[in-house]
Amino acid sequence: MSTHDFQQDFFKLFDLPATYRLDGELLDSRYRALQTQVHPDKFSHLSEAERRVSMQWATRVNEAYQTLTDPVKRARYLLSLHGEDIHEESNTIMPAEFLIEQMEWREAIQEATTACDTVALSKLELRLQHEMHHLQEQFATLIDTEQNYKAAAESARKLKFLERLAEEIASAFDVIDN
Amino acid sequence: MLLATSLKMALLQISEPGLSTAPHEHRLAIGIDLGTTNSLVATVRNGISVVLNDANGRALLPSVVRYLPDGSVQAGEAAQMAQSEDPTNTIVSVKRFMGRGLNDIGDISSIPYRFVDAQGMVQLRTVTGVKSPVEVSAEILKVLRARAEEALGGGLVGAVITVPAYFDDAQRQATKDAARLAGLNVLRLLNEPTAAAIAYGLDNAAEGIYAVYDLGGGTFDISILKLSKGVFEVLATNGNSALGGDDFDHRIYCWLLEKNNLSALEPSDTRLLLMRARAAKEELTEHDQTRVTAILRSGDAIDNVLMQQDFHEMSQNLVERTLQPVRRALRDAKLTVADIKGVVMVGGATRMPQVQRAVAEFFNQTPLTNLDPDKVVALGAAIQANVLAGNRSAEDWLLLDVIPLSLGIETMGGLVEKIIPRNSTIPTARAQDFTTFKDGQTALSVHVVQGERELVSDCRSLAKFELRGIPPMVAGAARIRITFQVDADGLLSVSARELSKGVEAHITVKPSYGLSDAEISRMLQDSTQHAQGDMQARTLREQQVEANQLLEAVQSALEQDGATLLDEAGRTRIRTGMDGLRAMLQTSDHLAIKRAITQLNEVTMAFAQARMDKSVSRALGGRKLTDLET
Repeated sequence: MSTHDFQQDFFKLFDLPATYRLDGELLDSRYRALQTQVHPDKFSHLSEAERRVSMQWATRVNEAYQTLTDPVKRARYLLSLHGEDIHEESNTIMPAEFLIEQMEWREAIQEATTACDTVALSKLELRLQHEMHHLQEQFATLIDTEQNYKAAAESARKLKFLERLAEEIASAFDVIDN
Repeated sequence: MLLATSLKMALLQISEPGLSTAPHEHRLAIGIDLGTTNSLVATVRNGISVVLNDANGRALLPSVVRYLPDGSVQAGEAAQMAQSEDPTNTIVSVKRFMGRGLNDIGDISSIPYRFVDAQGMVQLRTVTGVKSPVEVSAEILKVLRARAEEALGGGLVGAVITVPAYFDDAQRQATKDAARLAGLNVLRLLNEPTAAAIAYGLDNAAEGIYAVYDLGGGTFDISILKLSKGVFEVLATNGNSALGGDDFDHRIYCWLLEKNNLSALEPSDTRLLLMRARAAKEELTEHDQTRVTAILRSGDAIDNVLMQQDFHEMSQNLVERTLQPVRRALRDAKLTVADIKGVVMVGGATRMPQVQRAVAEFFNQTPLTNLDPDKVVALGAAIQANVLAGNRSAEDWLLLDVIPLSLGIETMGGLVEKIIPRNSTIPTARAQDFTTFKDGQTALSVHVVQGERELVSDCRSLAKFELRGIPPMVAGAARIRITFQVDADGLLSVSARELSKGVEAHITVKPSYGLSDAEISRMLQDSTQHAQGDMQARTLREQQVEANQLLEAVQSALEQDGATLLDEAGRTRIRTGMDGLRAMLQTSDHLAIKRAITQLNEVTMAFAQARMDKSVSRALGGRKLTDLET
């Protein structure tokens, strides 16, 4: 019988290797293939039992896809499979130098927001994307190639900080738009 | 090798999910666009989606309902004609009040109704009593349902009802309740821009990223969709559920007041001028200027000429206000204007040249207007209804939609903790753990909200409930898991569980503005068309239909997979359940039928899971199939 039980991990669900670097197109096509089978729209005329199973599966497939397509969530999830927690709540364990950089970022975002300067915000956004990309590369090497989970966790923690900055920039655009 | 290949083919053929092996009759299903200004009904006939007209050949039903002193109700043209003569009992644009409290509605000075501020949703006092917007909407739906039943000559399996993509949970729930009240089985609530994308995309074999700009009578939506190989994937949606063509009318109305030094009009004059304003707006779509004339109750005459240029200037900031959500949707989708292959225009208000110009300028391309902006939503809804009813068409497509607004709960200090972010693909679920903050605390109150703001007071309150029976522990020791589930209609249910001591207190809330089953049945009984006997007959009929559908579905599942996925005992259990339900169908006891339905659903649960498991394995192809072959 098939090995596709409901509780298996997200990588197995899409039949992909559990690595940080992944084939995005393959993930997309497997996601679509799976939803084509399990989506509630395919079951709305069937029995309640089938509708319920469909809703559970479609929810699960969406959760898995959202986790694997998001670079920060994928990092955290992969670490959790290796028993590592990124302890995102506590910033006391971050290097001081990194925290100072964070403060500088915040000030720059704040300044651009107050000045309603969308050009400056866009520049910050671009620079941040660049930095996040760099960190992701670093993380991929640490976890996929070197299997150094402790170091990978620290790099993921940094990624999480940068993600918060990205959220701040997004909401700054919203604020200026109003 | 050859043998394995042919075996694979055979497996592929027998396990097409949901496709009944036995040919069945065409199930009648409809799509309804329940609009602010007009409503429509459409269906798929001989594989083509068509709008159903009334006896006079009119497709659009004005969304206007009038309550008369003798207790009768008019909906549509007749009611629309009476709006200036009987303004307080003639409800127009009721969609603006769906799932809304009085303080959500804003400026009510030009609205002639007698509002009653009720808990949750505003109510309207009419000559036949206090009516909720849900009841008013149900009157519109009843007319469309009757139109469809007459045209199609049979009972309907169900309907897809469209809602603005930016409708929150309260507004969606209210729409679903209205449909139930009108005696419609809701197959799905479908977002209006998504419905339009289906109709447009299937018609034009569109591939790529499209924006749907939907400016209706009272609501504005923008959705960004990726169309590829039969998949309609909504990437982001945004909008304003209180901005539409009505507001453009209102600008002209205010201009008329100013030009004629008018203030504090009687309700009938307000209605009259709003009607004239709308006519002027429509004139200005084709002409450079228009003349507005009216005789007020006082006998005073109004006679003004409005230039197109002036109208464009006075409505410029309304047009501007639609572009804000467009920018946000693009940002959420992580896209820029250059990524958009086409812009589909939906809603009657997109006929205004200043709207088309602004959209063209923003997207740097001419918007697509080759489909009727009034009809495209209903046409798409009908196509979806046809699929959901089980009439599979040859081309197989999949729709992946999102939730428009974030969902969260109130935490300390009146702040919102987001649990499900906006633009999450549905169905979706998210669980979050919380704890107690006092020693010995045995209850926890949970306040569910929807919106993007940080403060609870700036978001929409959806439900409040209390989780009791938490075992007394020191502060911070309890673990309370709160789970949000959003279904494919975009509707939320919330449950909470205490985990730490294995004690399970479980509650599922229905948002507080929604109607309970008891309220629905009271409203049904209240309405004059449904005497007590009718009610019971109707319930029985509904149970019989459901039972027969279930039997058909289980039978076809057994034929497809019974031999491979079940053992003898499993098959016997299901057959016994089916026999039990068939026996109950011979009686006219609707409660007994309902019980037998529940029983059959329970005994088929494991079978349903096994079937899904098989479909999933098949979806990934290759390697997994070899497991099945051995």
